[in-house]
Amino acid sequence: MNNTTRANLIKQGAIWAFIVVELAFFSIAGEFLSVTDSAFMDFDNMLLLLKQSAPIGIIALGMTIIMINGNIDLSVGATFALAAIVLLDSMTWPFMQALGNWAIPLAWLFALATGVILGAINGLIVWKTGVDAFIVTLGSMLGYRGLVFMYNGEQPTSHLNWTLVDFAEAQFLGLHTATWFLLGAGLLLWLLMTRTVHGRNAYAIGNNRDAAVNAGIRVGPHFLWNFMLIGFLAALSAVVFYSESGSVNPNDGMLYELWAITAVVLGGTKLSGGYGSIISTLGGVIAIQLLRKGLGHIGADTETVNLVIGLILIAVLFLDRQLNRKGKEELRT
Amino acid sequence: MTDQTPALRLEGIVKTFPGVRALDGVSFTVMPGEVHALMGENGAGKSTLMKVLGGILAPNEGQIFIEEQPTIMSSPMNAKAKGVVFIHQELSLADELSVAENIWLGELPKKSFGRVDWTKLYDETDAILKTLNVGFDARKRVGDLSIANQQMVEIARALTVEPRAVIFDEPTASLTDAEKVVLFEVISDLQSRGVGVIYISHRMEEIFKITDRISVLRDGQYRGTLNTAETNEEEVTHLMIGRTLDLSRNAVTHEMGEVALEVRSLSCGDLFSDVSFTVRRGEVVGFYGLVGAGRTEIAETLFGLREPSSGTIHLGGEEVTINSPADAIKRGISLVPEDRKGQGLILGMNCRDNMTLPQVSDLTAGPFVSDGAEVAIFDQYRDKLDIRTPGWRQTVGNLSGGNQQKIVIGKWLSMRPEVLIVDEPTRGIDVGSKSEIHNLIRELASQGYAVIVISSEMPEVLHVSDRIVAMFSGRVMREFTAEEVTEDSLIQAISGIGADKVA
Repeated sequence: MNNTTRANLIKQGAIWAFIVVELAFFSIAGEFLSVTDSAFMDFDNMLLLLKQSAPIGIIALGMTIIMINGNIDLSVGATFALAAIVLLDSMTWPFMQALGNWAIPLAWLFALATGVILGAINGLIVWKTGVDAFIVTLGSMLGYRGLVFMYNGEQPTSHLNWTLVDFAEAQFLGLHTATWFLLGAGLLLWLLMTRTVHGRNAYAIGNNRDAAVNAGIRVGPHFLWNFMLIGFLAALSAVVFYSESGSVNPNDGMLYELWAITAVVLGGTKLSGGYGSIISTLGGVIAIQLLRKGLGHIGADTETVNLVIGLILIAVLFLDRQLNRKGKEELRT
Repeated sequence: MTDQTPALRLEGIVKTFPGVRALDGVSFTVMPGEVHALMGENGAGKSTLMKVLGGILAPNEGQIFIEEQPTIMSSPMNAKAKGVVFIHQELSLADELSVAENIWLGELPKKSFGRVDWTKLYDETDAILKTLNVGFDARKRVGDLSIANQQMVEIARALTVEPRAVIFDEPTASLTDAEKVVLFEVISDLQSRGVGVIYISHRMEEIFKITDRISVLRDGQYRGTLNTAETNEEEVTHLMIGRTLDLSRNAVTHEMGEVALEVRSLSCGDLFSDVSFTVRRGEVVGFYGLVGAGRTEIAETLFGLREPSSGTIHLGGEEVTINSPADAIKRGISLVPEDRKGQGLILGMNCRDNMTLPQVSDLTAGPFVSDGAEVAIFDQYRDKLDIRTPGWRQTVGNLSGGNQQKIVIGKWLSMRPEVLIVDEPTRGIDVGSKSEIHNLIRELASQGYAVIVISSEMPEVLHVSDRIVAMFSGRVMREFTAEEVTEDSLIQAISGIGADKVA
């Protein structure tokens, strides 16, 4: 009993230990290799790091739920871009412009609704056709990206609203708006997954789908809700990010699904479903952002950063496997 | 009994699947407080009938009555709410969740905003667990429990409602003899509370021990109901398969050759230690013990799946190290694993491909797999083992358990092994095919193979073995020859009684 709780603690603490190691490494390495004078562990730098984690972080939170549920969603990057276009473009519509600043909440609503609808389409297809979520969302990833390009061709869609920018750049209690959204979404989803019947059922479905069906859990509606949720979160991520930047390229959000999955897996969620935690995913998101920032800090270029993150992901999962083996008596594979 | 209202009554249930009439006008009645056995060969329609009862399938015709009220079961939840609870054969649990969550799966108690009411959940679960007298609490993760305790969790599910009828589908398939006793206590407790129990099993000795009446299905049709006290195994078997079976102890002995396999004080960590035994050509050695006694692990070590921490393995007098299954196969050891569907077969592949799987890389003509050579091997072993399949193209998943097992055995025979290890050869296989498998094992031994049979079923071990090795918690307690063994001494040896005396 004590052994299992300790093993669980190690499992869930691993990602945070990894973060501490990263911090220590980059602080020390930064002393010798840094291209700037400022320390890596600078308070403002850390705040910025949290803010920069937000776009992928919010999506990764949703991805955690989808993956616990035993599915996967590859279309989030495209959903992100489409929601961003709706957000920015809707503010240029004549009737919206007539509303003045009241257009802002309405534009948000449009963008979020876009995400929910796109998610619902995925969810409905997975539910009603029974096709694997990987295939369904692979298709919708291409399809939604197609919609993005149909909107404005290769041209970027831009609209800068200064009230919006002020809001997005605001700092409340030291934290940026984006960070608040990330933490708020994290808290709500953590409550959802640990405290509510829907959350617990999601674990059960991912863990043993037949058992869930036999127990009378209606699997399909749970899928639908979770896909709508991740659609909403992808759109929320877009809302948070593009409120500040004001311009969206049709290629924006590409590979976001893979970064999100990387963060989720790094956080210890099982690819096969049934096990995982929102909090650990936050750890995974921060760990990746730390790596990116830290490697940049010691002068590595983007290509190197990606290579290193890829290697670390594989190394971490290999380590996890080794640690979870029960010693020498284990079956060989 | 006659003036009581039946807890559950089925009348003229018909269920058809495309091309098959799985249930053909089945009627039977379960009284409150009785244990009613439902028997039949695999494919006789037992599972389909129970699925109809459990609300998983809807019947095409017929009517279900609960306490004489006509009822329609629309879903498993619906059936449960009406007091009909189905305890599944294959454990249907989510192992990452807690005991409490599994027991109340699909109906977790709710507070406002869809929040789970944890206090209520844990309190009610602990109350149920208390009546079952188990040694774990509601918060335990199911994956950390033993198989027997997981089965108890499955049973605890039945007690979340006031049950009228509880269906047990092969509940003892994964239980050891000691654990069965606990299960039977639970069943008799249900019985004394006036619950009707439907008990599905292939194991005659259990049926005769705990049931009041026996209903038999054959080919989807109801064949009759017998009072357990007034019948015997032969009559039931006759009803089930339409012929009588010879279940007597093996008496045929044949010449034994030299020692094929010798194991000297083999150990593997905590799993088993200091295990020594020999197997001669033409001999069947049975390994009997509780689940977890280390029998399967020994087999896995001999097959190169585990690394022994000490001890030696000798094949034909020569000391060998076995590093991998490929190594074992090359040296003439074959393992028919415990979990036929999970470890023995690739269910989605056809019969021929499954059978030639270990040697397909040798069956080539140029760069391609040689079709003819594969079919030739399949034909040879189909005839030899009397595998009943429409043809080699048949998907293995569609065959009956007995024929699946024969495919696995055929697969290893075609590798021409010296030592054949069979782990639980008849688990989940019906009575008719069971004795066929037993005869097959005897016959293989008489052809000069050295055979090790691992089994949790005493009649099986007694029936097929020339010698029996009794194991208890990783140690060999005693070796018996077929002549000297008695059921009592065997039970004592495997439960560790008198351990210091014999060891």
